Amino acid sequence: MAPAPSSTSSAVTLNINGEKHQLTVDHRTTLLDALRERLDLTGTKKGCDQGQCGACTVLVDGRRAVACLNLAVAAEGREITTIEGLAEGDRLHPVQQAFLDLDGYQCGYCTPGQICSAIAVIEEHAAGWPSAATEDVRPEAGPPPLTPEEIRERMSGNLCRCGAYVSIVQAVARAAEAHGEADTESAKETAA
Amino acid sequence: MTTATTGRTEVKGAVGTAHTRVEGRDKVTGAARYAGEVPFADLAHGWLALSTVARGRVRSIDTDAVLGMPGVLAVLHHGNAPRVDTDYIGLLGIPPDPTAAVFQDDRVPHAGWPVALVVAETPEQAREAAEALVVTYDEEPHDTALTSDHPGAYPADGHMPAETEKGDLAAGLASSAFVVDEEYTTPEEHHSMMEPHAATALWDGGRLEVIDSNQGATWVQTELAKMFSLDESAVRVRSEHIGGGFGSKGLRAHQVSAVMAATVLHRPVRVVMTRRQMFSLAGYRSPTAQRVRLGADGDGRLRALEHRSLNQTSTVYEFVEPGAGVARVMYDADAHRTANHVVRLDVPSPTFMRAPGEAPGSFAIESALDELAERCGLDPIELRLRNEPEAGPVSGLPFSSRNLAACFREGARRFGWAERDPRPGMRRNGRWLLGTGTAAASFGAGAGPSTALLTAEADGTFTVRIAAADLGTGARTALTLVAADALEVTPERVRVRIGDSDFGPAMIAGGSMGTRSWAWAITEAARDLRERLALGTTVPPEGITVRSDTTAALGALAQKERHSFGAQFAEVAVDTATGEVRVRRMLGIFAAGRIVNPLTARNQLVGGMIWGISMALHEEAVRDRSTGGLYAPDLAGYHVATHADVGDIDADWVEDHDPDDPVGIKGVGEIGIVGAAAAVANAVWHATGVRHRSLPIRPDRVLSATAPTAGGGADA
Repeated sequence: MAPAPSSTSSAVTLNINGEKHQLTVDHRTTLLDALRERLDLTGTKKGCDQGQCGACTVLVDGRRAVACLNLAVAAEGREITTIEGLAEGDRLHPVQQAFLDLDGYQCGYCTPGQICSAIAVIEEHAAGWPSAATEDVRPEAGPPPLTPEEIRERMSGNLCRCGAYVSIVQAVARAAEAHGEADTESAKETAA
Repeated sequence: MTTATTGRTEVKGAVGTAHTRVEGRDKVTGAARYAGEVPFADLAHGWLALSTVARGRVRSIDTDAVLGMPGVLAVLHHGNAPRVDTDYIGLLGIPPDPTAAVFQDDRVPHAGWPVALVVAETPEQAREAAEALVVTYDEEPHDTALTSDHPGAYPADGHMPAETEKGDLAAGLASSAFVVDEEYTTPEEHHSMMEPHAATALWDGGRLEVIDSNQGATWVQTELAKMFSLDESAVRVRSEHIGGGFGSKGLRAHQVSAVMAATVLHRPVRVVMTRRQMFSLAGYRSPTAQRVRLGADGDGRLRALEHRSLNQTSTVYEFVEPGAGVARVMYDADAHRTANHVVRLDVPSPTFMRAPGEAPGSFAIESALDELAERCGLDPIELRLRNEPEAGPVSGLPFSSRNLAACFREGARRFGWAERDPRPGMRRNGRWLLGTGTAAASFGAGAGPSTALLTAEADGTFTVRIAAADLGTGARTALTLVAADALEVTPERVRVRIGDSDFGPAMIAGGSMGTRSWAWAITEAARDLRERLALGTTVPPEGITVRSDTTAALGALAQKERHSFGAQFAEVAVDTATGEVRVRRMLGIFAAGRIVNPLTARNQLVGGMIWGISMALHEEAVRDRSTGGLYAPDLAGYHVATHADVGDIDADWVEDHDPDDPVGIKGVGEIGIVGAAAAVANAVWHATGVRHRSLPIRPDRVLSATAPTAGGGADA
C-alpha cells in the first residue's frame, strides 16, 4: 500500500541492485525498513536498528553503510547494492562463495552484512586505505599486506554472536586473494 | 512409479566428513527468510511498551491519546487483553515464565516489564504511538542487588537437586595439606543473538498460525495451545530459519502479544522485540556469587570439596543457574558438598543461556583448581589427572565414556604445554606480559523424546520431516548426513524439512541435545523404512511414509553418567600500560562422541570458546540500583567479542566411543564455552601473578590489581 505523498511522506525513486523502485515513504522510514517492509528485500537484516551490530550493512555508491542509520528519503539518487544484488544468476560473488565453502557463518543472520562489509573491505584495502592495524600508514607505503589482523580490524563493525569469526576471516582472506589475482590478471591483460 | 532402493550400491558414509550447509546458498544470498520476514497481506505491526519503574502497579494508561494517532488500530493492556491460562506444566516439565503471559494484571515486578502493545498499520506509526503512550504507576521500593550474603537466599532445585552432601567437610578441610577457600563472581550476561525475537500471528480457517523464531516449534505450539486454551491441532508454529537462540528463544512476550492482537483485530499481526527490549524480555544469565573450598593431600589428591553458587531470579519466576553442578560430575572427594541457592529480586526473569550452570560454575571451580595446583606446586594438568574419578562423584554411576585425560594429553602436545615455565609474571615482551592457562570442561549428553516422519518418494529420493530447529548449529545438514547413512544413500537424495510443528513432537534445540535426539528418531525411522522397502515394495506416487517415536528407546537406555569432556588452553598478553587483555591463541580439545559434520562442529565449538573469551573479558550488564534497570542495554553498552577480539582459535576432538549408545552423538553446542573463561583467567594469572576472581577481567580491574611481588602472588 503506497499512500499519496503528504506532509509526513514523500515519493522517492530508489536505485537498488540496478533496478529503479518508485515508492512513497514515511519520512521516518529508514533505508533498512524500506528494503525489508516495502520492497520485500529481506536479505538485509535488522539486528539492533541503531547502528551497533552491522547486520544491515549495504553498499551505497560502492561504500559500506548501515541501512538502519540512513533514511530512505535520503537514499534517492544513490546506487544501493544489497545482498540480493551480488550474485550473477547462479554464479555467486566470490565473497559469497568463500563464506559458503569455508562455513563463514552459523545462524546466517549477520551474514549478509558481513559479506557486504567484506566486499568493501577488499576494495578499501586495494585502494590503499589504512586501518588501525596498519603498521605504516604513509600513503607512499601502499596497501599493507591483508593479514588476519588487518581483516579483523576492518571487519570489527560486524558482530557475529555465533562466533564464526575464525572462518569469516578465512573466507575474506580467500576472496581477497582471488580478487588480487583477478586484478593482476586484468593488469597483465591491459599491459599486453 | 519406481521401486525405491536403499543400500544397493556402495555408498561412502556421509557422517564424519565435511559438508557445507544445505541451506548455505540461501544464507549467503539473502534468500533465507527469518521469522519477521514472511510477507502477509493486511499485516499490522505491534510495538511493546515496557514499564519504566522496577516495582509497583500500573495506575493508568492513557490509551485515548494514542488511539487518535495516525494508523493506530489498538492498544492492548491489562484492562482489555484476552485472559490466558498460566497454570500448566509445559513440554520441558516447567511452568511458563509469567513475563510471557502479558497484560494479565496491573502488577509491575521489574523494570522493562510489558505493560501494553500498540498495534498500527505501519511499524513507524506503532513505534511512535508506543513511545507516546503515557503510563503512570504507583511505585514501590525495589531491591535489585545480588549480594553473596543476601538474607532472602534459599536452596532451589531447578533442573537438578539443589544440594548434595557426603562426608565431613570440616574434618576433610582440617586434615588437608593444602586448602583453597575463595569467592568468585560472574556478572549478568545476555544471549544477544543477532536476530531479535519476532513472531507473526494470524488466524487461518479456524487455525492459529504463528511464524516465529524459536528453539522448538512444537514446544512453542504446545505452550501457546495451553495458554490460549486451544486444541494443539488448532495451533501451527513454523520457524524455518532462526538467527541464533542460545537458550533465549522459547515462549516470550512477542508471540503471546501477537496472538492476542491477531485475535482481537482479526488480521495478521507481527511483533518484533527491539534490541533494547530484549534486555528485559528475553531472559539472561543471572549473575552468580560462588564460594569454592578445596582441600588436598600433599600429593594433590582432593580430600574435601565444597562448591556453593547463588544466583538471582525474579519475583514471578524461579530460575536456578546451577553453578555448583559441575563438581558433581568432575571431581570427587571423601567430603563433598555442593549447593545451588537463589534469591528473588525485583529483576527480570533469568533463563537458560549457553551451558547454564556449567559456564559460570566452571569459571569458579577451574580457577580454584588452578590455585590449588599453584599451592601444591603441581602442574595444573597433572593435578586434574590425579583427581580423575572412577565413577560419578555424587551418583556413583559409571561414566559411559570419560576421555578427559586424552583431551589434556592431545591438547598439551599441540599447545606446547610441556615447555611452560609454571612461575607467574616471568614473561615480558615490551609492555606485554605473557601467560598460558588451562581448564577442564564437561557438559551433559542427554536426549529427549522425538518423533520423525520419513518418506520414500516415488522419484527415488527421501524426505525427512521433523520439528527440529537449526539455530545456526548446522542441525539441518547434520540430520541430512545421518539420514543418508541410515538409508545407505548419498546425501543428495535426502531432503530434510524442519521447523514446523505439524511434523509432530520433537526435542527442542537445547541442552546440546537437539541433534542427538533428532538423529535418534531419524535413524529409527530409516530402519523401519528400509525393512518396508526390502520387501520389494513398489513406491506409490504419494510415497511411503513411516513415523518413529523414540520415547520407549530412551527409557531403555542404561543409567550412566553421560557427558562430553574437554581441555581448554589459552595464551594471553596483558598490556601493563592500559590493562587490556588479549587472547592471542586458544585451543580446545574435546571428547564429544561421534562428530557428524567436522566443518560445522568445529565452527560451533570455536564459537563456544569465543563466548568464553567474551565472558572472561567483555560481557557485563550493569544494573542501576536506583532505577532497577540496566545501564545502556544495547550492543554498544553490552560488549560481545567482535572480530578484533578473536585471535588464533582452534578446536579439535579425540576418539570418543560409547558402545551401548545407539546414536553416539553427544552434542557440541555448549561444551565449547565450559572452562574457557577459566583458562583465560588462569592465563592472566600466569602472565601477571594476579588472580582475577570476578568477571569480566576489565582493564580497570587489571590496572588496579596489586602488582605481584617477586615469587609471590596477588589478588584482584
